[in-house]
Amino acid sequence: MTFIGSEAFVRLVEVFTLQAGYNANTVMAGTAVLGAAAGVVGTFVFLRGRALISDALSHATLPGIVLAFLAGSALGFQTRSLPLLLVGATLSGLVGVLAMHALTRIRRITEDAAIGAVLGSFFGLGVVLLSYVQTLSAGGQAGLHHFLLGQAAAMARSEAITIAVLAAFALILVVLFFKEFRLAAFDREFAAGIGWPVSAIDLGMAALGVAVTVIGLQTVGLVMIVALLVVPPVAARFWSNDVKVIALVAGVVGAFSAFTGAAASYAFTSVPTGAAIVLAAGAFAVFSLFFAPKRGIIGVAFAALRFRLDLAQARWLSSVAKGNEAAPRDPLVRAYLRMAGLTGGAGMPTAAARASAPEVSRNLDLWIAALARRPESVPPGVRFGIDRARDVLPSDLIAEIEGRAA
Amino acid sequence: MTTFLQIDLPAALTALFATLVCALAGNFLVLRREALLGDALSHAVLPGIVVGFLLSGTRAALPMILGAAGAAVLAAVLVHFVRRYGRVEPGAALGVVFTVMFALGVVMLEQGAAHRVDLDPDCVLYGQLETVIWLAAQGPGSLIDPAALAQLPRELVTLAVTFSILAALTAWFWKEIKISTFDPELATSLGIPANFFRFGVTLAAAVATVVSFEAVGSILVVAMLVCPAAAARLVANRFGSQLAVALAIAAFTAIAGYTAAAFGPAALGAPIALNAAGMIAALAGCILGVAALFTRHGGPWRRAAAQPA
Repeated sequence: MTFIGSEAFVRLVEVFTLQAGYNANTVMAGTAVLGAAAGVVGTFVFLRGRALISDALSHATLPGIVLAFLAGSALGFQTRSLPLLLVGATLSGLVGVLAMHALTRIRRITEDAAIGAVLGSFFGLGVVLLSYVQTLSAGGQAGLHHFLLGQAAAMARSEAITIAVLAAFALILVVLFFKEFRLAAFDREFAAGIGWPVSAIDLGMAALGVAVTVIGLQTVGLVMIVALLVVPPVAARFWSNDVKVIALVAGVVGAFSAFTGAAASYAFTSVPTGAAIVLAAGAFAVFSLFFAPKRGIIGVAFAALRFRLDLAQARWLSSVAKGNEAAPRDPLVRAYLRMAGLTGGAGMPTAAARASAPEVSRNLDLWIAALARRPESVPPGVRFGIDRARDVLPSDLIAEIEGRAA
Repeated sequence: MTTFLQIDLPAALTALFATLVCALAGNFLVLRREALLGDALSHAVLPGIVVGFLLSGTRAALPMILGAAGAAVLAAVLVHFVRRYGRVEPGAALGVVFTVMFALGVVMLEQGAAHRVDLDPDCVLYGQLETVIWLAAQGPGSLIDPAALAQLPRELVTLAVTFSILAALTAWFWKEIKISTFDPELATSLGIPANFFRFGVTLAAAVATVVSFEAVGSILVVAMLVCPAAAARLVANRFGSQLAVALAIAAFTAIAGYTAAAFGPAALGAPIALNAAGMIAALAGCILGVAALFTRHGGPWRRAAAQPA
């Protein structure tokens, strides 16, 4: 039986085309909103280098979740109550972050050790509590398990709506305070200098990170939620240098990954949602790593080759202008020149080459002189010897060089 | 007595050797500020372990370690790529690679075939101390009976052998490892291949992670790697005494943690057993917390005492 004809495939198509029922659609939509919020908030978590702190935080929520569940059953709730569990998760996550801070204040404990210690031992405590809960006959205890690796398919519609509303709220806050977050992330001193409350902005950003982590626990699971915060921004980073674009792309990647992951967990019920979401996001990241036009591996390699050939062409034209018409030795460069119509059959310069040679030569000389004099005033992102020096170099530098030549 | 020999002794000894192996390797990681390498490795090796299981069809240690080593190398290459081409800071690069590989491992686990060899996400998350049993034990005599000893649980034997090898290597190359860890340049000028020893220590950490992984789970390995070593660093001033203290703390947490989890609830009147690996990790965290509270290296207790009233 081929995969196309299989029951799983039919189910997958059904889920993706939103025919799996009202409940499933709500859960998938809610998860997508969560993914968008995580991608956008994660952009700042990632830019501030806080990725691993979020990892410690998410693992530290486990004892709180289980204790909140125990408190809930003691108070007589029949099934697990999501808001109560989220409050427990937040409190215990915050205790974990505070413990981490306290540890890093001690001279011989570095941040990485503090993160590892909190992550491991809080999770250990959570596992002990979880093993206790499993011996009880309280209702809903099986659902606690989903907080580890995530299980969207087990979510109730009301839970999905709660999650979507909270995530949308976080998303709106980021959009409203985007300017503040961006400046605080990139130029703290300047932001502080113009009188912005940098610490408060930082705190707000951290709080949003905590909020998204906690909201996403049930869907993605606490083991992998950090991936939803970090992988979409890393994927987005390959596409642009502009924070706005990065945040937007990260939001879209996050939403798509979350939707795909939730859909996959409906189609293949044994696959934990968190793993499916992270794999989807990972696929986006791998694709971007290779194929993003400007910063992807292929794009960067192609641009480097192009630069090498263009520079070789400029140098050859310059030597033609100075009377040396010998063809370059590199066969690749020769082919490039022939393709550009600059050399004829015998490797001799064409009329077009002779016509453009003097201008190219003057331009190259300007570049060489500029680099020898004031390399620091060459702006970033220009192509040495290829771009028109008069257009991209500071005019005073050009004037200085030409004044000296005259 | 037989129950103790069959169930508690092998599990406690497995826990003991797992914490010892981790504390030994963790010492170097903590000193080199590479504590999170353990976290990354313990997650990233999962797909390799699953592939090792699937290809060999057994839970023998060697295919598992080979698969894990392959995955660890792949993870290192990927982290390098993401950092180099994504111009991403190391923490995020690590985070991306290890979570994605872990997710891949979890999905592979769920795709049926791994169930044959009885490996599931629960085992990955909490370990399987509770399933380490020595059925051949029929009484105290079994402890000196070669036939019964040959039936000792595989996890226990793997961990004990790994610990012995790592401990012997550490003792043998003590001076070289010490100098390479603290002063790589001095080591090079003395003719010691510092990079070789640094790589060796990383490799030891990877092996420690993989062999303890099965017993205590991927996340708890991190606590075992970091907590005893970090606590020892607050107590001891010399490298040798730090290692000794870390091993002592590790041994104590393993025995005390196992005892508390297995017999604690019964002593309090509840006939249940708690998760031993989790208890050991939590206890290791508590010990670090106490050490941090009272340390003279900036601990809150000393700081408060130093303040004039």
